[in-house]
Amino acid sequence: MKVGVVSFPGSNCDEDALLAVVERLDEDAVLLWHKDHDLQGADVVILPGGFSYGDYLRAGAIARFSPIMQEVVAHAKRGGPVIGICNGFQIACEAGLLPGALLRNASLQFRSMPVTLRVETTDTVFTRAAEVGMRLTMPIAHGDGRYTADEATLDRLEAEGRVVFRYVDARGEATAAANPNGSMRNIAGIANAGGTVVGLMPHPERALEPLLGSTDGLVLFQSLLAAVHA
Amino acid sequence: MKRFRVSVHIVPRKGLLDPQGKAVTDALHTLGFAAVADVHVGRHLVIETDAADAKAAEGSVREMCTRLLANPVTEDFEIAAVVAT
Repeated sequence: MKVGVVSFPGSNCDEDALLAVVERLDEDAVLLWHKDHDLQGADVVILPGGFSYGDYLRAGAIARFSPIMQEVVAHAKRGGPVIGICNGFQIACEAGLLPGALLRNASLQFRSMPVTLRVETTDTVFTRAAEVGMRLTMPIAHGDGRYTADEATLDRLEAEGRVVFRYVDARGEATAAANPNGSMRNIAGIANAGGTVVGLMPHPERALEPLLGSTDGLVLFQSLLAAVHA
Repeated sequence: MKRFRVSVHIVPRKGLLDPQGKAVTDALHTLGFAAVADVHVGRHLVIETDAADAKAAEGSVREMCTRLLANPVTEDFEIAAVVAT
């Protein structure tokens, strides 16, 4: 498996994502420069966290016009796996790969903390090795994570099983108190119709080492490996 | 072609939670402006663009708003002024 991690100006989790794949999974990974038009043979694309283009205008709004994004969108349309993490999720929404938008946290505060997620579907490339109802602890670090879409879109996402992760409390309940940003229906991550594109605000690539407090992010990468080698 | 200065207001869509607007409303109430019913915090863009006439300038900025400047999911926009410069 070869993973391409896009580096936009202002990305700050690209190296982490690259190291996660190379050191933790022992798979091939390459950084893809935003001005390039070449995915360099990557089977999977990671849109990493950060503040691409300084979050000017809206988070992710400008990154979508990067030359590399034309290739990423084409790759996604061919059914190629893409995961958007944090700013990458914002970019995926702006690029139309996923519906909805990420708005300023309801608290107006930047939130950097571990959260508990509940896996809602295993019908995606990034959760097929997980189990429905499984709880995962991962860090978040964002100021604009409040997932928002119109009611019809939310209902469609639910009906089609495309809500992938929800913020939950220690008992697994999707309560308002467990929601760090005020996202609609406690949504932390969603998928496209094919389950090949997933976006989420929490950082699975920062939850791979026991030293950092959690290895729960591993299941997303294991799922990906299983999918690519299937 | 003439140059026009086009002003655009972009505001959070009505009905969506607007925490910035609410925070400002609360602050104004604290200051004693009890009459304030609601505040929405958005963006104001000033675009200088060349066009055949004011109508064309407005049409072009409208398209810019639809395609980039405003998020169609969460924001509304209003072209506030088109002024020949």
